[in-house]
Formats: sequence, structure tokens, C-alpha cells
Amino acid sequence: MSLLAVERLDVRHGQLQAVRDVSLAVREGETLALVGANGAGKTTLLRAIAGAHRPVGGRVLLDGVDVTQVPAHRRVAQGIALVPEGRRLFPGMTVEENLLVASANGRPGPWTIERVLEVFPMLRARFRAKAGSLSGGEQQATAIGRGLLTNPRVLLLDEVSLGLAPVAVERVYACLESLISAGATLVLVEQDLGRALRVATRVACMLEGRIVLEGAASGMTREQVTEAYFGLGRGALPKQAA
Amino acid sequence: MNGRAGMSIERWTPLSVAAMGAVAVLAAALALGPLFLGAYAVDRLTTLFIYVLLASMWNALAGYGGLVSVGQQAFFGLGAYAAIRLSSFGVPVYAALVLGGMLAGAAAYAVSGFALRLRGGEFAIGMWVLAELFHLLVNLDRLIQGETGTSLIALNAFAPGNRRDYNYWLALASMAGLLALMFTLLRGRLGSSVQAIRDSEEAAASLGVRVLAAKRIVYVIAGAGCGLAGTLYLATSISFQPATYFGVQWTAYMIFMVLVGGLGTFEGPIIGAIVFFIIENLFGASGIWYLVGLGATAVVFALYLPRGLWGTVEEKFGIRLLPVGYRVAQRP
Amino acid sequence: MIWLNQIIQGVLLGGYYALIACGLSFMFGVMRIINLAHGDLAVLAAFLVWAIVDRSGMSPFLALAIVLPVMGALGWLLQRAMLERSLRAGVLVPLLTTFGLGIVIQNLLFEQFGADTRSLAPAIGDLAFDSWSIGSQIYVGHLAGLIFMVAVALLGGLQLLLARTPLGRAIRATAEDPDTAELVGIDARSVYAAAAAIAVMTVAIAGTFLGMRAAFAPYAGPAQLIFAFEAVVIGGLGSMWGTLLGGIVLGVAQNLGAQIAPNGFLIAGHTVFLVVLGGRLLRQRMRRAS
Repeated sequence: MSLLAVERLDVRHGQLQAVRDVSLAVREGETLALVGANGAGKTTLLRAIAGAHRPVGGRVLLDGVDVTQVPAHRRVAQGIALVPEGRRLFPGMTVEENLLVASANGRPGPWTIERVLEVFPMLRARFRAKAGSLSGGEQQATAIGRGLLTNPRVLLLDEVSLGLAPVAVERVYACLESLISAGATLVLVEQDLGRALRVATRVACMLEGRIVLEGAASGMTREQVTEAYFGLGRGALPKQAA
Repeated sequence: MNGRAGMSIERWTPLSVAAMGAVAVLAAALALGPLFLGAYAVDRLTTLFIYVLLASMWNALAGYGGLVSVGQQAFFGLGAYAAIRLSSFGVPVYAALVLGGMLAGAAAYAVSGFALRLRGGEFAIGMWVLAELFHLLVNLDRLIQGETGTSLIALNAFAPGNRRDYNYWLALASMAGLLALMFTLLRGRLGSSVQAIRDSEEAAASLGVRVLAAKRIVYVIAGAGCGLAGTLYLATSISFQPATYFGVQWTAYMIFMVLVGGLGTFEGPIIGAIVFFIIENLFGASGIWYLVGLGATAVVFALYLPRGLWGTVEEKFGIRLLPVGYRVAQRP
Repeated sequence: MIWLNQIIQGVLLGGYYALIACGLSFMFGVMRIINLAHGDLAVLAAFLVWAIVDRSGMSPFLALAIVLPVMGALGWLLQRAMLERSLRAGVLVPLLTTFGLGIVIQNLLFEQFGADTRSLAPAIGDLAFDSWSIGSQIYVGHLAGLIFMVAVALLGGLQLLLARTPLGRAIRATAEDPDTAELVGIDARSVYAAAAAIAVMTVAIAGTFLGMRAAFAPYAGPAQLIFAFEAVVIGGLGSMWGTLLGGIVLGVAQNLGAQIAPNGFLIAGHTVFLVVLGGRLLRQRMRRAS
């Protein structure tokens, strides 16, 4: 039985259909990597799962319970946390305050501010600094820490390597790997195919709002994913008028 | 284009051609009004014209310019005051009335550099403060005798019957003239600029839309229009008390008319003015509950019927009577 | 010496302005709404306190203690029933709905209480008149001093609330980014409602003191709104202590204006407001040009 399930989800941005008929399942302890080109619908899908975006059709289930109509802040209480694209820290508040806010409004559990600082020791020096003044890597660390402090059952991470220096990305992924080995359930949107395949248990590729490829990471080749990513071999291109 | 469903961009539909024709006929009929209407009707219609003028001006500002002003009474009062001052200098009274409105427009131009750089709530209340300041400054003029006010005595040179007819024609001409002006401008470049600014000021500016210039045009016209409305009101009531002319109730009326009629549509304020006119005639004497009703109705419309009566009709039935915007038409 | 006294009176008046303004500043800081019915809510509170005092003879301060939770609930209700919807509908709508609300409040007050001005001064006895004198020409009224201290305490309290408490942090987070606040478990709607309740409670306090230091009538709201707004803008939108500074500048300008000319009180205030606003715009322009 899956911890997180998505059934035939349809999500719109105004008139534009961003997510079409998407179904997914993530078991406890699994890491699902969502890959796809920009605009494929990955961020919208994550936001819909987190409750920040209302779908027009389909369901989101957490542990078998339908949470589709549950607003975002209550989904946090039930155990879904999203680390949003672009970090989205509260820039006028300090690192400490960003973490406190999540800690105070999330679920009770093993994660504490002290534990987050152990995982991300570089934040200790910047603890009282305003979030807006941090470097990219520090911001990402804070954002992940903030997500963790809500003690989620499923952690959704949207493009955590975006805009980071390679060293910072290494650090972030080291942290993620330790989370995974501790049994966390993650859904990870990632542009870097190599990393995605290394870290994930399962991979799903999105194109124009649909899932076009899905399966265990171990059984998948880069070529397969690349083809699905670009929609090659999907069917003949529309014929040009003579 | 081959194989593509025939689509074209058009301005005129058969309905809007008919509507424009009807408007022309109506305008001619109204112009002949005093010849066959009784004194009471002429009087009431003059008031209606003033309301239509006020509503369209506020709509121009808020609906097209995106500028919510809670202080248009600044120009309403200023126009009336200017007319009185000019008349006291010997300017023929009806010329003074027209010039008063123009001077209000000039004042709008003078403050526009400052006012138009304000945003949202700052602009709204900033205009209110300006109105209060104008009120206080006008009070300083001995001619006005403070809150006691004064009268446009020069009007008494005309017989009441003639005066009523002249007021009527001036009001009709002002209303029709400003409506025609807005109509023409909105069909042209200003209309597109204003629409672009409404959707996204930054994007519009990056496309080369001269945002400040476009807003300024709307702001000055609205100032002149409200100023004219003020002088017209003065012409009908003859007396000028600063507190009445600079009072914020004028903004309340304008907001009501535009919200009920339809913010951002051309026909909306006209309909709103008619509704307001009818309600005032029926309930105006009810005092407090009338005002409470006005306020409550404005709130309800703003929350639940934000497109107003006409806007909702337009949306539901897809009609556009007066061809201000563009439509995409499908040809079968 | 007279000038010094006028300045001191101006500073004390600034305390009152800061009091009436802090709710406006708070709401704007959190929700970006300018509540055009702000002054009318203060007058409403003044009338409620007056009605209780009139009927029961108790001290206005005690009556305020009763009115405070009532006004808080009203603020909460206002947010949930009206402002929340207005916020989603766009920038213009909150201005329009609060304006309409103001008209409704004013006229309902008129319906209930009539046109007569009322005052709470008779109910506080000597407090309304006593003053400390410094030298021979400087007077600091007990009431004015009290109002100033209450203003400082309230502003300090709000500042502390925002900086140190979980609610304050939730408010700040929601103010900066309501979408992301929801993602960390904050119920933005509840936060806004709490902020509105707090703002309206400060308005109730200000309204009560308005009743003590001056007279009030059903249509007195807009004038209070304008003073509050001027104080907030002069001090800088969104800053709590800036509101105190703004109030003081406004009060001093008004008193000096009154000293210069008989009609100078209001004119001086409005002029200083427009000059400060204009100056700020000019500085923004110059900064952008450089």
C-alpha cells in the first residue's frame, strides 16, 4: 500500500492544462524522481500534491485517505511538506525564525532545530542572519531544514540544485542521501538526470503534463529517459502541408 | 490561412452599429428636450446628465486608469469655486462655468506629476487629503465667507426659465462631449495603452507604453470632467458652500454608480447613473437609511458582482453595445 | 517660550496620532489593505464606550475593557466576512468595500445616536484638565501624557508581539509570502483574522482616548482616518516606530501652523504630509535615475 498516491490528476493554470491525467504511487521509504523539461508540469504537480494548487480533476491520497480537498496548511499537519522551487524563504526573517515558524506550525516528531543544525552545520554561523542575505547553498539548506522541521511523512523537493554551485549541490545531495538511508519518503524534481537516477528508487518522466515513462531507477537507462524527456519516438511528427 | 477556422478581429457588430444609431437619435432628441418637456423634467434631466458625467469620469479613472480616487470632490469643488471667482472678475457667467471646469482640469494637470506617482491606497487617500486641502484653501478666500458660502449671483440676470434651459444644454453638451472624447480616445492608442497598463504596468512600460503620459491624460480629463460637473451643479443650485462641494459624499455617489453599473465598461457608468438617479428620486428623502443602503449596496456589488450590472450582462450574453474594444469573431 | 510649548503640545498630540495610526499601519503591513473605515471604527468604539458609561456610570477605562473584546471580535468578523474576499478580488476592491463600510457605520451611528457631539471628558473628571507645568509657560496635560505613554506602550507591545512571539512570526511570514506560509503549516486566513482583530482593538483604544481628549460625532471618522493615514505615511508605511515619529511630526506641524495663522492647524498638517510624500517620491526618482 502506497504512502502517497495520485490518481488521474488534472491541474490547470487558468486556461492551460498543466497536468493531464497523472497517476503515481510512492511507497514508504521510496524516493521518486520526477524528471522532465521546463514546463512539463512537474512543479504544478508537486504543488497540487502539497495543496497549494487545486486540481480540477482526480485525487491525492495520503495513506489511503483522500486529501484532495484539504488546504495546504492542513496537509502539512497530515504529513506532506514541500520545499518549493526557488527556496522561497521569508527574506526579512532570520534563519532561526524561518526554522521556528516551521517547527511551531508543523507536526510533532524527531526533527528539531538542533538536529537540522547538525545536518547543516554551515547554518550555525548564519543562524541570526536575515534569510535574504544568505548564499544559494545556505538558502537551500535552510529551505530543506524548514521542510524537515514540519516532520513530514513525505517530503517533496522541487529543483533543489537550481542555481547552486556544484559544491553546494554536493552537500545538498549528501544530506538527501543520508535522509534516504534513514528511511525517508521523498519525491524529488530534478533536472540533473545523472543525480536523479543515482539517488532515486523510481523515476517518472513528464512531458506536456503527462507521465510518459515510469519505472524502477535500476532498470532504466539514460537513453530511455532522454527519449521520453524529449518526446522522441512518441509517434510521427505532424506532416507539413505540401 | 489554409485550413484554419476563419477568424477575424472586428470592432463593429450589427448590434453595435444599431446601438450607435440609437445613440445619435437619442442625442438629437435630448437636444430638443426643452422645447417640448416641462420645467420639472428639464431640471431632473439636467441632474441626470451631471450624474452620468461624474460616473463616467470616475470610471475613466478607476476602470480604465486603474486609479481609485477617494478625492475627486477636490476638482468638483475647485471647478465651482473657480466659476464663482471668475464671475466676480466680470467674466460672463456661462463662460465662467465652462472655464471653471477647464481650470479644474488645469489643476489636475498641475498635481498630476505628484499624484500619479502614488500607488493604490496612497493615491486614494492622497486625493482625499488634496480635496481637504483645497477645501481649506478655498475657505481662505474672503469672497467665499468660509463655510457660510456664497452664491453665483450673476446667474440671477437670467430668467429662471431660460436659465433652466441653458443649464440643460450646457449639461447635455458637457456630458455628451466628454463621453464622445473618452469614446474616441479609448478606441485609439490610449485605449490599448490603458488596457495594457491595467493588466501589467511593468510589461506595458517595457513595450514602450508611456505609462505616466497615458495616466495623465485620463487624470486630467477626469479632473476637468468633475470640475465641469461641479460648475453645472453650481448652475442648478446657485449657492456654493465649500463643505457641500468638497464633501466626500460625491465620491460615495460616484463609487456607487460605477460599481453598480459596471467598472471598466463604457456603458456601465451610464446605467449606474440612471439607477442612482432613480433611487435618489425614490428614496433620497429617507435620510439615513438611504445612505446606509447606498453604502451597503456598494459593498455587496464590490464583493459579489464586481463587474456590475452591465459588466455581468456583457459577460453572460457576450453583447457589446458601444464598440470600444475589439472582438475575435469566428466565421463558420 | 510659546513656541516651545506649542512644540511640546505637538509632540503629545503626536502620541494620540500614533495611537490611532498604529492599527492602520499594522493592517497595511500585514495585509497591504488600507481600511478606509478605520476612523469610523474608532468613532464606533467611542460611542460604544460612551453608551456604556452613560448607562452604567462606570469609568470609561472599565467600559473600554468590555468594548475591547467586542471590537476584537468585530475585527475578526470583518476580515473573514468581507476583507478576505476583497483581498482575493484585487487591489481596488478592499478600498471600495471599506469605503462603503465606513458610510454604513457613520449613518448607523447617526441613526442611533443623532447628530449631537458627545465626549467622555465628563466621565474622567480631573484627568481631562489637570496638567503639570514646567516653568511658567509649558504645560503637559495629564491626559495627553497618559495617551502618549499608552501609545508608546502599545507600539512597543506590537513590536514585541511581531518580533518575539510565535503568532508574531506567523504574521510576519504570512505578510511576506502567504503562499509559502501555508506550505509550512500556517493558516493564512486565521493569521489575517487575528491581525485584523488586533488592529481593530488598537482602534478601540484610540477611539476611547479620542472621546476623552475631544468631542466626537457620527461623521467624525474620516477626519481621524486622514490624520492616521498622514501619520503612517510621514513615518513610512509599515514601520511601527515610524508611525510614532510620523504622528509627532504631524502634531508638531499642526500646532506650529495654528500658532502662525488662525486656520493654520489643518492646512499645516496636510501641507507637511504632501511635502513629505513628494520628497519621498523625488528621492525615489533620483535613486532610480542614478
